[in-house]
Amino acid sequence: MERQAALLLLADGRLPAGGYAHSGGLEPAITAKRVTDVAGLENFLIGRAETAGLIAAAFAAAACIRAVRDDFSDLAVLEAELDARAPSPELRKVSRDLGRQLRRAMSSIHPHPFFAALGDAPHQPIVMGVAAAVMGLGPRDAALAILHENNSGAAAAAAKLMRVDPFDVHAILARMTKRLDALSVRAAAAADGPPADLPSPGAPLSDIAAEHHRRRDVRLFAS
Amino acid sequence: MYDSLHPKSAHRPIGAMSARAVLSSALGPNGSSHIQTLRSDGPLVLRKSNPKGSEPLTHRRPDVARVALAAGTAGPLGGDDYALDVQVGAGSTMVLQEVSAMLILPGLEGAKSQMSITVRVEAGATFVWLAEPIIAAHRCNHRHDVRVALASDARMISREETLLGRHGEPAGDLTSRLRVTRDGAPLYDQQVAFGPARDGWNGAAVLDRNRAVGSVIAVDPGWTEAPPPAHPYHETAALTPLAGPGVAIGAVATDSLSLRRLLMRGVNELGPPWAI
Repeated sequence: MERQAALLLLADGRLPAGGYAHSGGLEPAITAKRVTDVAGLENFLIGRAETAGLIAAAFAAAACIRAVRDDFSDLAVLEAELDARAPSPELRKVSRDLGRQLRRAMSSIHPHPFFAALGDAPHQPIVMGVAAAVMGLGPRDAALAILHENNSGAAAAAAKLMRVDPFDVHAILARMTKRLDALSVRAAAAADGPPADLPSPGAPLSDIAAEHHRRRDVRLFAS
Repeated sequence: MYDSLHPKSAHRPIGAMSARAVLSSALGPNGSSHIQTLRSDGPLVLRKSNPKGSEPLTHRRPDVARVALAAGTAGPLGGDDYALDVQVGAGSTMVLQEVSAMLILPGLEGAKSQMSITVRVEAGATFVWLAEPIIAAHRCNHRHDVRVALASDARMISREETLLGRHGEPAGDLTSRLRVTRDGAPLYDQQVAFGPARDGWNGAAVLDRNRAVGSVIAVDPGWTEAPPPAHPYHETAALTPLAGPGVAIGAVATDSLSLRRLLMRGVNELGPPWAI
């Protein structure tokens, strides 16, 4: 039987792994006046899912495959490939902060020796992939969990950052479900190949805005 | 050469071209660099050249190998398949310039065009690559793929600029990937993708409504201990240190001229010997 409940647990924003403190780049985009309405929010979320979302999903799936096989021999390569796909040092740090927090949560919730094997500051997608594997899930589940967690986290931040009807925000999430399914399939398909061939779609304005955001005095979210 | 004479695939339109140009430099016994291989092919015309203007790293130096890439024909057009192989030999310094922007045009039946550039920069070598913009004309369908492999003590600076269509027209479909490795390990890997076949690229997370996107990558083995600090020097541009001894300067802008200014401002932030 498929482990569907485990997938819901990992993808749930209420998992105490620190995600609530981040807007996934939405606050910087709103501050820069690039997102001003619901249509802009939807296009922001789609662009983010197609870029940073796909990268995170592919690396989560790749880490999951390695954990399922109990072979972490190229873990350092995966970490380096992920670093190379994040030009912004701020976004590399956020990914590692969230990875550390997810590992701490999972080590307590569902202990497994794999978590300690991930080094000092693993990236969030790598930890998510390993967490999915130890919960009995596969690479596509790992990809879907991180896509959903990141997407719904940014959407939830919208309610605190702009005047929007929460039904409108969830309508966007509902429209995006097919897209996240398709992205998770692409991520899982790429995950079994060489790490160098994992997807690398960039999001230039997200990188630039993240660096501005870190330097701002007044902000609601860490990123 | 014309592929209509030597068809590779039934799916490529008649008249589609494939071309493979080769370029290499070497260090001579007198300590100056020279061009060793200069093999043009059809639309990819390589010529020895003189400085076009100020250059980072190599300004006014007579002892470096300078080459310009010119277009022998229009395009690439849909169906065309171009390749350029560059080798910067150990200890040598090569400056690769371009004569004009590259206009990517649609071909028959929406066929895809592609250009693949591979660069090897050997031990102690320096590569300065100041490309002109790639323009993704309306209805084009193009894949641009650049791989740069650096030796651990090689230096380089490269600039890439992509324009979303000619003035006043919607952009065609384009993906452009730049992957830089150092001693075999990944340093930078980013793909820019836009066009009617994709979603979200014109949103606030990626390009917004801008019409030009570009980057400069600079790598210096001297930055292993202390890379230049991050500096978001404009609302739509930032200089960011990579996880290895390199920086990425990324920018988006409403037009080609503004993009060039933003990128070169980022280069000047690096100070000498990069600033021009």
